[in-house]
Amino acid sequence: MKKVLEGSHAVSHAVALARVKVISAYPITPQTHIVERLAELVANGELDARYIRVESEHSALAAVIGSAATGVRSFTASSSHGLALMHEMLHWAAGSRLPIVLAEVNRALGAPWNIWADQTDSLAQRDTGWLQFYCEDVQEVLDSILLAYRLGEEISLPVMVVFDAFFLSHTYEPVDVPEQEKVDQFLPPWQPTEQLDPLNPRALNQLASPEYYMEFRYKIQQAMEQALTSYPQIDGEFFKLFGRSYPLVDRIPAVAGKQASLALVTSGSITGTARVAQEELLQQGVAVDLVKVRSFRPFPLQQIREILGGYPRIAVIDRNISFGSGGIFAREIAGALASLPQRPQLYPFVAGLGGRDVTQQSIAEMVRRALSDAPPEDVLWAGLKA
Amino acid sequence: MPIEVPAKESIHPGHLACPGCGAVIAMRFVLKGLGEKAILAIPACCWSIIAGPFPYTALKVPVLHTAFATGGAVASGIRAALDTKGDEETQVVTWAGDGGTFDIGLQSLSGAAERNENILYICYDNEAYMNTGVQSSGATPLGTWTTTSPVSMPKSTRKKDIMQIMAAHRIPYAATASIAYPEDLVRKVQKAAEIKGTRFIHIYAPCPTGWKVPSEISVRLGRLVVQTRIFPLYEVENGVRYTLNEDSVGYLIDEYYKLQGRFKHLERETLDEIQLQVDEQWDRLKKLAAL
Repeated sequence: MKKVLEGSHAVSHAVALARVKVISAYPITPQTHIVERLAELVANGELDARYIRVESEHSALAAVIGSAATGVRSFTASSSHGLALMHEMLHWAAGSRLPIVLAEVNRALGAPWNIWADQTDSLAQRDTGWLQFYCEDVQEVLDSILLAYRLGEEISLPVMVVFDAFFLSHTYEPVDVPEQEKVDQFLPPWQPTEQLDPLNPRALNQLASPEYYMEFRYKIQQAMEQALTSYPQIDGEFFKLFGRSYPLVDRIPAVAGKQASLALVTSGSITGTARVAQEELLQQGVAVDLVKVRSFRPFPLQQIREILGGYPRIAVIDRNISFGSGGIFAREIAGALASLPQRPQLYPFVAGLGGRDVTQQSIAEMVRRALSDAPPEDVLWAGLKA
Repeated sequence: MPIEVPAKESIHPGHLACPGCGAVIAMRFVLKGLGEKAILAIPACCWSIIAGPFPYTALKVPVLHTAFATGGAVASGIRAALDTKGDEETQVVTWAGDGGTFDIGLQSLSGAAERNENILYICYDNEAYMNTGVQSSGATPLGTWTTTSPVSMPKSTRKKDIMQIMAAHRIPYAATASIAYPEDLVRKVQKAAEIKGTRFIHIYAPCPTGWKVPSEISVRLGRLVVQTRIFPLYEVENGVRYTLNEDSVGYLIDEYYKLQGRFKHLERETLDEIQLQVDEQWDRLKKLAAL
């Protein structure tokens, strides 16, 4: 059924469709609309779940670690400082192999205070063992929640569904809300392999000596690798049921069947703007292929090499920065391409930090810079004030 | 009034505690009181080690080992999950040390208590961070030597009154207990198990290693701490109804302090100050219990 939904409410409705049983969250702008609507759905009986109003994000994630360890589908949501406070428990969720889903609204970190879009908060959680999917529009946000539970429960890892503050969280878009019956078909009840059960007492997460710890880590890496092969199958099944598909990496050529001389790599809501820029540039005679990276963890190294390896030049737009290194997607892509005998020239742009607008004009400007004779640098700033 | 302590043991042999460890005696009697229809959440504390490393466990109940600050929150999540399954019988128990209760875990405990989560929170109190090597905590008494409050500058403030903090949350049940009074301890666990909402039991659990005492006097200390009125045994219902359980003899605190290496450096002046604090606390409790 088509509905006009705010990005945040699309998440809430997806959580209800997923028949989540325990929700725990702490409010932070711009995540609040997600949890407010969920509290409402629980209160009015539309969603048969327990909502735990905790006193911090650290406790929010701890609470759903407790509920998921007891074998019950669980959800939380956060953003920015909230996600940073969860950092310790992000490790515990992944280490405990619990398929919790977390809706993460990309917001800049202080200091200074800023509540607008910036990906550094989630990218800083790179090494916690969570899968991370970056969404382009509200429909993708809704669908990703369902895909996240299905995939997370198959490989026993937690999943972050990531989307931009305000550009998606507070924007209304027409959305196809799937029917409950079809969602139930796609996402059957979770059957955990281990859970806290007095009839079958086990200790979870006890001390693992050097004799065992490394194998625990190895298995998480294996699960991440398995996600790369499981996901396309799950996505294919999703396509059959709902008619929509979200590849881990997607190439959108300027001209069908042709390869342009430049690939522009984006993630998140910038991709939507880049699609418009791509069309406008083509009208001006500049062909640029667009490559949308949806999955940051696992990072689809092989697909990145296959899709991007053949381009003479690639430009990456990062709405994030790792200080002292540069744009985080760009650095990951450079790492993926490093094993190729011949590599594209990389133009790594940092743009749109703290919610600064990245318009089709500014994207066109970055494309022109990447196609010019200017030598590439390790960090190229876009839209910076003089 | 003596009660029968169940004979069934829920701890396997081969746990990793030091000789004379009060925390093991506490666990043994708590599990006797609870039976095996319980799930434990254990934030970082001595019991993270005592319970045994992977792939072993010394406990016959399910355990979720978890991060230091999460005792109240993790238990809330386990409870919520059991509720959605319709399991009202299983007791959800947080088993935390004094550091995980008085200090780093206080926020999540307070959150759980404010929501009146249906959990039993047990703090076994050995009065310092023992697992990491005897560092001072909010539960460390005035004048105590620890590795972060050396003899030249021992703990300069008194022990945090966690019972008052919990009573202020108006939770249905809060009680103190000592490992040297097993019937009283088991009775309190059984009583707590019958009550819905947040229940808190504060158990005195000596640490011979960190207190610099011989391992065979743990139980003796557990008795003296009550007899000297340093750690009175009492219950608080709904934050207001106080009951004193043992009419303590009122030995002078020296009987307790003189046995422990961690207090060896204390001078008369400090001991007198502590005696005054103990007397004042006892008077206050007696008044509250008389209301």
